[in-house]
Amino acid sequence: MENLRVLVVDDEEDFVETIVKRLKGRGLQAAGVTSGQDALDLLETRDFDVIVLDVKMPRMDGIQTLKEIKKRKPLTEVIMLTGHGSVDSGIKGLQLGAYNYIMKPVPLDELLKQVGQAYERKLIEEGRLGSTGTVSE
Amino acid sequence: MDTRHFQVLRVKIVAVTLFFSLVPLFALGITIYHEFSASYRSKIAAAARSLAQNRRNSLELFFRERISQLTTVARTDTLGQLRDENYLTKVFNVMQAQSKSYIDLGVIDQDGNHVAYVGPYHEKLKSVNYAEADWFHAVMAAGVYVSDVFLGFRKSPHLILAVTVVEGNTTWILRATINSEIIEEVVKEAQVGRQGDAFLINKNNILQTASRFSGSILDRPSTPDFSAAVGTRVEEIEYAGQEFLFATTPLTYPKWVLVIKEDTREELTPLLHARYMAALILAGGVLLVVVASILTSRSMTNELMRVEREKASADELLMHSGKMAALGKMAAGVAHEINNPLQVISEKAGWMSDLLKSEEIAASENFEEFQDCIKKIERQVERCRSITHRMLRFGRRMEPTQDMVDVNLVLSETVSFLENEAHHRDITINVEYENDIPRVTTDASQLQQVFLNIIDNAIDAVGDFGIINVRTGVSNGSGRELFVEIADNGPGIPKETLKKIFDPFFTTKSTNSGTGLGLSISHSIMQKLGGRITVESETGQGTTFTLYVPVL
Repeated sequence: MENLRVLVVDDEEDFVETIVKRLKGRGLQAAGVTSGQDALDLLETRDFDVIVLDVKMPRMDGIQTLKEIKKRKPLTEVIMLTGHGSVDSGIKGLQLGAYNYIMKPVPLDELLKQVGQAYERKLIEEGRLGSTGTVSE
Repeated sequence: MDTRHFQVLRVKIVAVTLFFSLVPLFALGITIYHEFSASYRSKIAAAARSLAQNRRNSLELFFRERISQLTTVARTDTLGQLRDENYLTKVFNVMQAQSKSYIDLGVIDQDGNHVAYVGPYHEKLKSVNYAEADWFHAVMAAGVYVSDVFLGFRKSPHLILAVTVVEGNTTWILRATINSEIIEEVVKEAQVGRQGDAFLINKNNILQTASRFSGSILDRPSTPDFSAAVGTRVEEIEYAGQEFLFATTPLTYPKWVLVIKEDTREELTPLLHARYMAALILAGGVLLVVVASILTSRSMTNELMRVEREKASADELLMHSGKMAALGKMAAGVAHEINNPLQVISEKAGWMSDLLKSEEIAASENFEEFQDCIKKIERQVERCRSITHRMLRFGRRMEPTQDMVDVNLVLSETVSFLENEAHHRDITINVEYENDIPRVTTDASQLQQVFLNIIDNAIDAVGDFGIINVRTGVSNGSGRELFVEIADNGPGIPKETLKKIFDPFFTTKSTNSGTGLGLSISHSIMQKLGGRITVESETGQGTTFTLYVPVL
């Protein structure tokens, strides 16, 4: 879990601020932004292993942001965070390449578990692709 | 349900049906009767006419024969021969052998002297001189004479037949007397039925034969005067307060008129019978039409009422599910909105818990209190989380779907919704779920609505401190059904109410608090899901609703 780079994207500022602090407290390299556009801007300069992305956000919502992220950084794993009961948006996220979706409010332990699993998958994917050499970062 | 409206409709249907079926029926009946009556009357008239003509012909034939017989005798024999009474007797005997109607035979010379006579009144008539008699002048003038009927001194009705013979320059008369009984016999044959009559009248309207009802011979008949009749006529005439059919025909010789009288009523008896039958059939037809139209209209309006009721209940069901869908959406929205702040609270508490682990605070004297507070906050957040998740699931279920459903889970969720309300009213809900019941393929949300309805009703029914027992299991019979039993110890439902309990709009609650649709909707939902719902209740003992869900 050391050196795992996590980006939390949620329009709820208090939530982003606190969870970043807590993730950092557990030794992760965590960062947080409060809009989809900010997330995309940040991705220009920094790479992340796992992005925790809220589905329902003003202006640019989670699904749109996911599409953009996958366009730019296909290997970055995304976990959708949904406060909405709709399974549809979660399933749509999965179809668009998200690793999983979690219902709000989610306990930190649960989130950490999902983030860890996503990171493992990323490593496997990278290893596979690295050996074939079709995609380079 | 506006039953008045349907009553009006029913009356309208009956009225229209009756009008359109009875009018042709009556028209047909009346037309047929009139046609029949007219043709029957004309038949009777024709029969009367034919009878009259027939009798007239017989009478005329009779007179012609007598006259020709007399003429033959007069022409074949000379006055000299007939003067001899022995010879005349021989001739008379020959004539009488042919016709018994002859009473006597006489020869009269042109001066009116009775020169020869054969017959029963020899002494009286032999010496009579007829020179002054009317008939003598008449026969001398016409050559042939038939008198009217008269009694004479014989006191029995008879008539005279006389012919003249011109022999050289002398003229003599052969005269016969005929018993009019023979004529009467012929006429009597035309007296038909119990009221029928037939008679002859002369030109002075004097009866020439005895009639049955209209007077005796040589009297004036009590009937109208037909003495001036020309040609055969048949007419209905009302006289003596009754209608009679008169057929009249004049005889050419003598100048008499044959009158046949028939009682119309008697003749028309078959027609009256037919009228009676027709009236009976018509009455039967009317009765049938009335009964049929009433039955038809009743079944039609009943069907309409049923359709209306079903439509109303379907409408309500639709509205109800619309309401539930809106409610579900709202619940989901609220849950979502609450989830975000919950997430923040949860994270903040988590952060505080993280911070508590740092050494300086761990040494603080209220460390334990802080830790306890945070744990409680987290526990409460968890509690809220379970509520919002349940609300989200509830909202999601408002769409009709088919899922593998754990009935126990749906039921326990429903119970947990209502537990709060029950708790406030000190109502105990005991649950007893059979653990290994199979999952069923059904619509969880619809099922939940039914559970909600029934348990909600039970809560209303038991009142404070009541007990509700909820039980699930596999049905004893086939094992292809699950049952959910919801029993309360409320006041129970009276028998007459129990029958109507699943009817739409039936409610015992005041109009403001219930639509009377809950159980009706539950009933139709269970039917839609292929299951059923039964109720058992005893006044004072409580009510048990049992829902059966099919296992596929």
